[in-house]
Amino acid sequence: MPLIQVKDLRVGYNVYEGLLKVLDGINFFVERKEKVGIIGESACGKTTAMKAIMRILAKNSVLMGGKILYDGNDILRMNDTQFTEIRRKKFSMIFQDPSAALNPVFTIRQQFYDIIRYSSNQRMTKDMIHERAVELLKQAALPEPERILDSYPFQLSGGMKQRVNIAMALVSANELLIADEPGTALDVTIEDQILRLLKKIVEERRISIILISHALGTIKHFVDRIYVMYAGTIVESGPTEKVFKNPKHPYTQLLIDSVPKLTGEGVPEGIPGIVPSYLNPPHGCRFVTRCPYAMQVCKEKVPPSYEVEQLHYASCFLYDNGENGKDE
Amino acid sequence: MPLVFSMTTEKMERMSEPILIVENVKKYFNTARGIIKAVDGVSFFVNQGEVFGVVGESGSGKTTLGNMVVGIYTPTSGKIIYKGQDIAKHAKERPKWLKKDIQIVFQNPASSLNPRRTIRQTLEVPLKVHMPSSNIAERVDKLLEMVDLPPEFAERYPDELGGGEKQLVAIARALATEPSFVVLDEPTSALDVSVQGKIIKILMNLKKRLNLSYMFITHNLSLMSNVADRVAIMYLGKVRELAETRDFFLNPMHPYTRMLLSSIPVITDEEEKLKPKRIESMGEIAGALNIPPGCSFHPRCPFVMDVCRSVDPPLNELAPAHFCSCHLYTTSNNAYDKYKK
Ligand SMILES: Nc1ncnc2c1ncn2[C@@H]1O[C@H](COP(=O)(O)OP(=O)(O)OP(=O)(O)O)[C@@H](O)[C@H]1O
Ligand SMILES: Nc1ncnc2c1ncn2[C@@H]1O[C@H](COP(=O)(O)OP(=O)(O)OP(=O)(O)O)[C@@H](O)[C@H]1O
Ligand SMILES: [Mg+2]
Ligand SMILES: [Mg+2]
Repeated sequence: MPLIQVKDLRVGYNVYEGLLKVLDGINFFVERKEKVGIIGESACGKTTAMKAIMRILAKNSVLMGGKILYDGNDILRMNDTQFTEIRRKKFSMIFQDPSAALNPVFTIRQQFYDIIRYSSNQRMTKDMIHERAVELLKQAALPEPERILDSYPFQLSGGMKQRVNIAMALVSANELLIADEPGTALDVTIEDQILRLLKKIVEERRISIILISHALGTIKHFVDRIYVMYAGTIVESGPTEKVFKNPKHPYTQLLIDSVPKLTGEGVPEGIPGIVPSYLNPPHGCRFVTRCPYAMQVCKEKVPPSYEVEQLHYASCFLYDNGENGKDE
Repeated sequence: MPLVFSMTTEKMERMSEPILIVENVKKYFNTARGIIKAVDGVSFFVNQGEVFGVVGESGSGKTTLGNMVVGIYTPTSGKIIYKGQDIAKHAKERPKWLKKDIQIVFQNPASSLNPRRTIRQTLEVPLKVHMPSSNIAERVDKLLEMVDLPPEFAERYPDELGGGEKQLVAIARALATEPSFVVLDEPTSALDVSVQGKIIKILMNLKKRLNLSYMFITHNLSLMSNVADRVAIMYLGKVRELAETRDFFLNPMHPYTRMLLSSIPVITDEEEKLKPKRIESMGEIAGALNIPPGCSFHPRCPFVMDVCRSVDPPLNELAPAHFCSCHLYTTSNNAYDKYKK
């Protein structure tokens, strides 16, 4: 049984103009000890899906359906005491926006000590807590841990805040670590170091990781399997090598083409067309408005997931060969 | 365009004074644990119409440097000369035309917009201060159009926008006052590649159309190789290499630069071939509170020599317009040549 299995998850947000229907029935799973990656355009719902797993969705969110099974139990229907145990000792998340994840009016020391205390089983002395904090900051490639602990968030650079966040997330990651863009504010040498650290932690603690990154190069080198999201849907999934070598969904193909290359002159212009509004998303495939291969059926029906090669799935009618695709 | 015309404009550009000259600028912060040398003697210039790229490790002082140019911080010492005037002071003491003329797009789109203001209200603030006589409502619409956002976005709140859209609003806000110089602090690092491409295209078009100059801060080297005219690389508060972009990527000199270039995660085999031979990141990473003596990179440098531990190398011009601060090029030895591809 997978560690996490998300089934037909639907999440929306209430805004002034109405309901934004963001996640449109997504399915994915994470095996124990597996490294899974999620890629996809800004605003496609990656963070929303992760926040659903952590049960920290915004107040204006609406859960419209679906399940998130953890060892067979639905996280979304657990009571608070049950879930608090998970949050204290099992799951943790590195947040995309490190400034928003840190409280501006407390020092890093105050915030870090609280987290260590909260997640610990036994009573820890102040010295033990301090030692643990320093060790984690050092592991996260941060110099001068004492100075960092004394600082308020505004006294740290963007990348330093991000590494503080990573160190804090390591405290309670004993089964699942969600890393939402952990490298965005870091230079490549430090990002490299952080990814090696995450890999080591995942292996040593025998835990699973979900890595979200816009840096396709990073994803390619880190994860075992990837999911590609577009506008609140999962359009492709499969073993990393296969998806990069042989991308099947038109969106994945265009996404890989729009990475600026070391070899090329000029930044690729991205995918033409506009992302559909979540207020009135298309009825059929959500990519239909930008897809160079759009057909009539794409406007009418939601494409099921087709197995295009072994363990490699694409939700696209181009791969409909008469047999019915299956919903994973 | 007739050849003669393009040649003369190019020549004129080269002859004109740089729009910004930064001279031996320092910024030290006093804290309970000691002095943090965030920027420690940095010099460079930016030509009119140029994209000047700043890359460097996290915590090397890039944001602090950008903040001094816009006047969020006052330098501890040094000169910042903009259009011929020394402007090394806080924004509060700067004349109004100057505040209008230099703008910044912050590292983090999410936290740089006020969540309680609609996009229209956000864009109105600089307009009311700097161009009170203009038709403000019309100007807001124009600004949104300039960054390719639909007009109905004006009435939305930041929470209701995606990350890329927020960054476009931040760019529109920076352009509201019709500046001529914009500091772009990691304008796309929080965004995915397809949105990044769109934003870069918009930024480059605006630069041409409005005759802007950019100081472009990023740690994304692939992006840098595609947008900047010249690149400076910073390490613990100092510039360690400065060159024209082509040169910088074809002939990187400083070991840190080579380390950066060799660790870029790429997705194609052709790119893999372009990268220098891999240099593993090793050693303790130092901080700005206890900067290592001599060359501050020496604890992580695979080519370290005795002299590096005590003497800080100067920034020398080793090839035309290619500056590098490293003892490998000032002492006679061939340790480095062995590692060259
Ligand atoms: N609290 C909220 N209220 C209204 N809309 C929201 C809220 N949170 C997110 N959204 C919207 O939901 C969509 C999905 O957002 P989400 O943050 O999950 O995207 P993402 O894939 O993580 O994007 P990015 O790559 O930019 O981080 C976006 O259009 C976003 O504007
Ligand atoms: N207000 C402040 N008080 C004390 N120290 C500060 C302050 N602002 C910055 N620093 C320190 O100055 C150094 C440089 O920070 P800066 O934000 O300029 O780095 P950066 O190059 O932009 O890094 P990043 O790529 O991570 O954003 C860091 O060590 C930081 O902790
Ligand atoms: Mg996100
Ligand atoms: Mg910065």
